[in-house]
Amino acid sequence: MTTDAQSNNSRVEQFLTFQLADEAYGLEILKVQEIRGWEAVRVIPNTPPFVKGVLNLRGSVVPIIDLRERFSLEHCEYSPKTVVIVLCVDHGASQFVMGIVADAVSDVLDINLKDIKKAPNFGSKIDTRYMRGMHVYKKKMIMLLDVDKLLNPDEVEGIDNLV
Amino acid sequence: MSIDMSQFHQVFFEECFEGLEAMESGLLTLDMGDIDSEVINTIFRGAHSIKGGSGTFGFTVVAEYTHIMETLLDEMRDGRRKVTQPAVDVLLGSVDCLREMLTAIQNEQDVNDASVAKHKSALEVVLNGGSVPEKLATPVEQESVKEELVINTAPEVAQEEPIESQEQGWKIAFCPYLDLLKTGNDPVRLFRELNELGELTTIVNIQDVPGFYELDPEECNISWDLKVVGDISDDEIKEIFNWVEGDCEMEIQPLTKTVKAASAEKKNDSEPVSVIADPLPSPPAAPVEVKPKVAAEAKKSSAQDSDNEAAKATTAKASSIRVDTDKIDTLINMVGEVVITQSMLGLVGENFSMDKVGQLKRGLAQLERHTRDLQQSVMNIRMLPISFVFSRFPRLVHDISSKLDKKIVLKLVGENTEVDKAVVELINDPLVHLIRNSLDHGIEMPADRVAAGKPETGTIELKAYHRGGHIVIEITDDGRGLNKDKLLAKAIEKGLVEENNLLTEKQIFELIFMPGFSTAEQLTDISGRGVGMDVVRRNIQSLGGNIEIISELGKGTTIAIHLPLTLAILDGQSVAVGEETYIVPLVSIIESINITERMLNKVAGKGETFRLRNEYLPVIRMRGIFNVNSGNPTKSKEGVLVVVEGQGELCCLLVDELLGQQQVVIKSLEANYRRVEGVSGATILGDGSVALILDVPGLVRFSVR
Repeated sequence: MTTDAQSNNSRVEQFLTFQLADEAYGLEILKVQEIRGWEAVRVIPNTPPFVKGVLNLRGSVVPIIDLRERFSLEHCEYSPKTVVIVLCVDHGASQFVMGIVADAVSDVLDINLKDIKKAPNFGSKIDTRYMRGMHVYKKKMIMLLDVDKLLNPDEVEGIDNLV
Repeated sequence: MSIDMSQFHQVFFEECFEGLEAMESGLLTLDMGDIDSEVINTIFRGAHSIKGGSGTFGFTVVAEYTHIMETLLDEMRDGRRKVTQPAVDVLLGSVDCLREMLTAIQNEQDVNDASVAKHKSALEVVLNGGSVPEKLATPVEQESVKEELVINTAPEVAQEEPIESQEQGWKIAFCPYLDLLKTGNDPVRLFRELNELGELTTIVNIQDVPGFYELDPEECNISWDLKVVGDISDDEIKEIFNWVEGDCEMEIQPLTKTVKAASAEKKNDSEPVSVIADPLPSPPAAPVEVKPKVAAEAKKSSAQDSDNEAAKATTAKASSIRVDTDKIDTLINMVGEVVITQSMLGLVGENFSMDKVGQLKRGLAQLERHTRDLQQSVMNIRMLPISFVFSRFPRLVHDISSKLDKKIVLKLVGENTEVDKAVVELINDPLVHLIRNSLDHGIEMPADRVAAGKPETGTIELKAYHRGGHIVIEITDDGRGLNKDKLLAKAIEKGLVEENNLLTEKQIFELIFMPGFSTAEQLTDISGRGVGMDVVRRNIQSLGGNIEIISELGKGTTIAIHLPLTLAILDGQSVAVGEETYIVPLVSIIESINITERMLNKVAGKGETFRLRNEYLPVIRMRGIFNVNSGNPTKSKEGVLVVVEGQGELCCLLVDELLGQQQVVIKSLEANYRRVEGVSGATILGDGSVALILDVPGLVRFSVR
């Protein structure tokens, strides 16, 4: 994170922004495989509540994670506007495909890496490991997520590491 | 340069191991009295291509070693030497040694020199132990080989020798691919640049230039041996060749080498030249001539190699599979059919009117049929004949029976039965174990056999055949059979069975699958420690199969293994729990019973059991264990008990209802997520939704916790 936020780096990256309980979040667009509407999933037994289940994505079985529940935000009913963002997550040498549920996707932004501010330290109460940084766009704060850290299978497994 | 060669290594090793297998089976079938020249030829060919290949790739240790083997085999082939059992044994030993060497090289480990030297000297003893005329013949043979080398390298050696001591420089074997010129590279420019670095000597090899009429002026048929003298770093050399790196075979070596090494390597690089410069279709591989000329032979084999390499280069991956061309042809035909049908449907769809409905239906039916056929042919490609596994056993039986002083013949039946590649890979170890058991415990000593009125030579039959959607592998021996009373006594002694228990014959035989159960009076290094059979059963169960024993005291034992044809597809029973659908593998289901809540007995207020024919079976409530809250809970007052067997124990799964049986394609859950307790995978149902496949043994374990 810190290295990305270094000011001498002026590379521009594209980020996909999406809405989650009136907050804007962003993630690296290169991680995004596709965006699809919400559809019913098959529940996997004995998994943390934010793992909604698995979905058949053209023959491969893909787990779907609800980011609202992941971030302990209030739950909202899934509507036709609810989207699933299918992401390709690097974990070590292997790649995983996972989906996250978001309220709506908003935009694709070109963000200069030097405009990404390091996430402030909220103390031990709030974990900022999954944050790549903050970016201010049209006076609104966008939280940029680090997909690889957020969705790695070990994290998805453990409930105790919640933000 | 080695960068380019290394991509062929995998293929080379595969070919070597195949060659070794062929040699081994050839050696085992050699009949001492009557020598079949074709068999010796096969063995010789195996040795020869390993030698050629290892020379090409610079594995000189292997090449040297194989050369000695080849000399011996050559004498046998020409009838100059009698084929004797000791010689064959030494050759078998060498095959093992070669395999070790190759494995070591493949894993980039050091070759075990001591063992190589041991085998080498054994070979040499046999080689020199022949009668006088044979002795004479051997040096002549080697002489001619040496001569060949000298001729090949004469110019270099002569020039290098004086230079070596005082001058530095590089020797480059540069051998462009045919299409080098088409990529816009001009070798002359390279040489000009090289010349700027230091004094350049070039030797042109034009032996691969075709006749005038076949000559394509745009192809580069020439290769060069270059020598640059001067104080040059290898980076500078590499920089020059940077542009052509992917378009040529190249070997760069410093000039400071001993003459011997240089000449040996010279021989090696002369081979890539012919390999690469000859990708034109080589003449069909005729059987190896009876009177070999070393050079002609080497050229021919390298031509063959290049053929094979070209064909296989595309499949060079960590795990590859050899597929019958017939199967590929069928597949291509199928694809053609699908394309035709698809274009027909496209045409119908373009100007669709209701009167074309019939045509559309017909097209769709056709498409369905073709898709099914296509699926079948693709599955077929993964199928390998079981002989891949079986072919290793003649050697095993040969070795162990001679060690045990028993006379045993192995009969293989149904080697061409096809089975999924994954099954082939996983079934080997259990089979080895079972065969060892038969050899060691099953078949009696010759004297005992005669006393029992049986032929002196014991027979083990290894048989494979298809039955239903399964493959059955049977191992039958005509040995002493299992002694029920002894088994039972042992089991009682070990406390595995209560003294007064009445067991059926089948149950008694099953005892041998218990961990730590062995009735062998004496441990041998072959078997008898009592660790094997439980592992065998576990392995087979993990493949989704089962194992059964039929035995008659004094007559013999048959062990039958039933395995699914493929691991990718499973016969499943779908069950409903609330709104969820789960798949229970059909193999683990014993029976299903409709029950009501009252039929279950509570044990100590917690666990539940169900009484099935005087046996109390633990009940696992699927709703409870998987936290399913959906659906109509009142319905759970009655439900279906699925009696399943997991890890040798019966238990009952309480589900809401049975839905239907179907074949399901197994999808990994771990690929994108992680292992889930009690679930072995997922599948996709006809409506596109996902269903989880239950892992019955895992579920039992999970429920206990």
